[in-house]
Amino acid sequence: MKKSHILIIVVIAAAVGILVATADDASSYVSFSEAYQLASTGNQKDIHVVGQLKKDGNGNIVGIEPGADKVSFSFIMIDDNGKEQKVSYKEPMPADFTKSEKVVVIGSYSGDTFVASKILLKCPSKYQEEKVNV
Amino acid sequence: MMHYFVGDLGHLFVITSFIAAIASAFSYFRSTGAASLDLKDQWRKNGAVAFYVHATAVLGICVTLFIIIYNHYFEYHYAYSHSDRNLPLHYLISTFWNGQEGSFLLWMFWQAALGLVLIFTNRFWEAPVMTVFGLVQAFLASMILGVVIPGLDFRIGSSPFILLREVMQNAPIFVSNPEFIPNDGTGLNPLLQNYWMVIHPPTLFLGFASTLVPFSFCLAGLWLKKYREWVRPALPWALFGGAVLGLGILMGGYWAYETLNFGGYWNWDPVENGIYVPWLILVASIHTMITYKNSETALKASIILVIAVFVLVLYATFLTRSGVLGDSSVHSFTDLGLSGQLLVYLGFFLFGAIILSIVRWKEIPSSDKEVSTYSREFWIFVGTLVICLMGFQVLLPTSIPAWNKFVGFLGFSSNMAPPADQIYFYTKFQLWFAVAIALLSAVGQFFWWKKMDVRQLGKELLMPFIITLVAFVVILQVMVSFYSSEAINARYLIILFSALFTVIANGKILLSLLKSSPGLSGGAVAHIGVGMMLIGMMFSSGYSKVVSLNNTGLLYSREASEEYNRENLLLFINEPRTMAGYKIEFKGERLEPRWKSGYLNPNDVEFIEDPYRVVAKRDIQYNGRKLFNAKDTIEIFPENKYYEVQLVSQGGGKHTLYPRIQDNPTMGVAASPDIKRDLSKDLYAHIVDLNDPEKAEWSKTEEIKVAALQEFFANDYVAVLEKVERIFSIGNTKLDSADVAVKALIRVKGEYEEYLAEPIFIIRNRMVGRIPDEIKDLGVRLTLMNIHPETGQFSIGIDTRQKDWIVLKAFEKPLINVLWIGTLVLMIGFGIAIVRRSREFKKMKEKGLE
Repeated sequence: MKKSHILIIVVIAAAVGILVATADDASSYVSFSEAYQLASTGNQKDIHVVGQLKKDGNGNIVGIEPGADKVSFSFIMIDDNGKEQKVSYKEPMPADFTKSEKVVVIGSYSGDTFVASKILLKCPSKYQEEKVNV
Repeated sequence: MMHYFVGDLGHLFVITSFIAAIASAFSYFRSTGAASLDLKDQWRKNGAVAFYVHATAVLGICVTLFIIIYNHYFEYHYAYSHSDRNLPLHYLISTFWNGQEGSFLLWMFWQAALGLVLIFTNRFWEAPVMTVFGLVQAFLASMILGVVIPGLDFRIGSSPFILLREVMQNAPIFVSNPEFIPNDGTGLNPLLQNYWMVIHPPTLFLGFASTLVPFSFCLAGLWLKKYREWVRPALPWALFGGAVLGLGILMGGYWAYETLNFGGYWNWDPVENGIYVPWLILVASIHTMITYKNSETALKASIILVIAVFVLVLYATFLTRSGVLGDSSVHSFTDLGLSGQLLVYLGFFLFGAIILSIVRWKEIPSSDKEVSTYSREFWIFVGTLVICLMGFQVLLPTSIPAWNKFVGFLGFSSNMAPPADQIYFYTKFQLWFAVAIALLSAVGQFFWWKKMDVRQLGKELLMPFIITLVAFVVILQVMVSFYSSEAINARYLIILFSALFTVIANGKILLSLLKSSPGLSGGAVAHIGVGMMLIGMMFSSGYSKVVSLNNTGLLYSREASEEYNRENLLLFINEPRTMAGYKIEFKGERLEPRWKSGYLNPNDVEFIEDPYRVVAKRDIQYNGRKLFNAKDTIEIFPENKYYEVQLVSQGGGKHTLYPRIQDNPTMGVAASPDIKRDLSKDLYAHIVDLNDPEKAEWSKTEEIKVAALQEFFANDYVAVLEKVERIFSIGNTKLDSADVAVKALIRVKGEYEEYLAEPIFIIRNRMVGRIPDEIKDLGVRLTLMNIHPETGQFSIGIDTRQKDWIVLKAFEKPLINVLWIGTLVLMIGFGIAIVRRSREFKKMKEKGLE
């Protein structure tokens, strides 16, 4: 066997190892109900939930509450299946939070509250902006 | 008045650049394929002229876009959504590439510039290389074309010259008045208002652009069947790209370190990974190309890697700009609807390059000799493979969102998400790759220039190994005295040892090279830089520790988390505390003047209606230097508030930190750290929370009667009523002769300075009015309540509130300077190598070989 063949085998093995490890460490996008089930079966792994902020009839966001220490806050999010859930976040509200059209929370359930360790925002694209500062 | 002309002109330039790029590619293509020399030359000239037109048009686009931004033509969407009237010139420049269209433009600009350089320096390869350039430029120009195909309702590209009203067609204001021009733009994200954002993007895009050069030479080589010859002209450009791209990445990291408050310089965000992977592969390709130049092996590997670099740059562009990452990146991307176009761009060059390689594969020379384990080729090749795996490990999870989309496109569904804790996940793999690279680059360098066997190698490596061991033991001793035994983690020690080993082994090579041929020392210097970077990363991240510990023994807030109460320092104004061996004291809020460097104490200025201007109450000093005279009108940045925090070391040395809070009404609040840089460590501090003066709770007013020059207490501070005098105007308002107004001058002794409060009592139209005066630093508000002429006394109202406070978080980052110095050393290494390879090129050119 040539050395180059051994090298190729080693590289392929390493690549497969990386592939397996990535699949193992990968998180997943789930709904709030699935996330709740996962947590109640003792799975503490952080997962992603995609959804929107709760809005009233006039399009105003409702349910945002500042935390007692001012550096945290909680809000109500509706996932893609329409389930409402209170989400708490241990950091200040990210910039553009209220402008976002889509929110991704990464975290897990603690009791009945979803505790987010990270929040990602998707903001409207420029072809959907409607408001001009007059 | 709407400025239509400049936008129309800009759009014309875009279309011209697109067509000229295609014309140039076509002409150069014909030139490459032409049979007769005459025809070749004619087509080549055509191609060159078309490229000049293209380059001029690109410059024209840049100039027109900048005119729109510079003159605040807010009828254009680009100016409206990325800038405002109050941005200084250098941020107006960064506005230029803040939007996606502008960054495409920046990329095009650099490639046009590099194309011109190639036309002027390399006649031999001009035609085939510039064919590729022309095609790439045409694709980029199409991204900002903004042309709607009639009948199909399909838009090609997103134009930077689009009018605001075209974007917001449904906004009521445009329905009633199509000529409406907003008074001001929405501004630039405060986090991007940083000098690094002026130079980081151009550097990065120059790096992106320079990866096109080796790619074009490689394709030209395959096309002309000059399989060996393309490597030499491509190599200096690959080195140039490696240096510039690396520098650009590190500038981004440094910006994050200085501006964002997560306490680090790298977050393994998809956007960062998207550039990191091509850079790694670029470095790998440089190694295989050097191997090929020296030993005729690894030609095929070089071809694959050089193509991979450019394709990965396009892939990163696709990932970050198509909206695919929308659910997985903290960077919020606005989707311009270009994903289809970006995919075509990526696919064209990916499949084009693959097909060309497959067609030519059999003809590419390769050596059948079995490589010796004691040859440099073997070890460099192993190192290259490690770098490639390192890139693969990052590329894979970063691509999960794209994979989900792809699977979804095929009709299946995948709900895989990138790992939740990115820093932990990537670090645990990348660390071991880094160790492997450090060891390989230490050992590999010794094969570089002479034949080796086990004994010879052992002899060469013995000295560096012993020195490393000694240095390692010494550092370990120092670490043991500083850190607890749990903190001294085996993984960190392995990194430390291998990084030290590569620094010392390459140092030995450098020393011997400096005597004989310093021009060849680029590799050794670069590897020393990499080793230093590893040492700096290991210490600054692994041994970063929170020093802002709550040492009062009291909870700040019962509701807040335990960590919040433990790891933050609550500082009331002018009340010293201790932190990390310093006496630390919050001295108050500061403002930033626009045209002078320094800070203003709000006590020294009067606020007027215009938020961007204040008037100096008295002469203003900063660090013993006079900044402004009394009555000067000073322009300020009202969004930026700084908080002066003074540190006094045990030796008495003083240092002042100015962490910043930016409050932008549309973008939100952002905290940026300030850093005290010492040789051995950085002290990194940012604000976590502060009191909101608008929500201050004032105590019930206490009213006292005092005579002139009588002392009294206000919020426990000694105050004295100096005098009461009649005034005839308030601010700029002149009072009528029937009005009576008096001003009390009350001097209050603070901890460090005396403050003057000037409350006003006024009788106008028989109505009593009172204008209180607040001394912000002391949390006191004084009101002249009443005058008692019969007793010669005055009633003073005293309101008090909690004094101003901030909550500060501070970290110690040991040896982070080793990381920054290491990056500089790496860049110097690249520089030496570029000089060497360019000299080779010149020699070949003078001989008429190329």
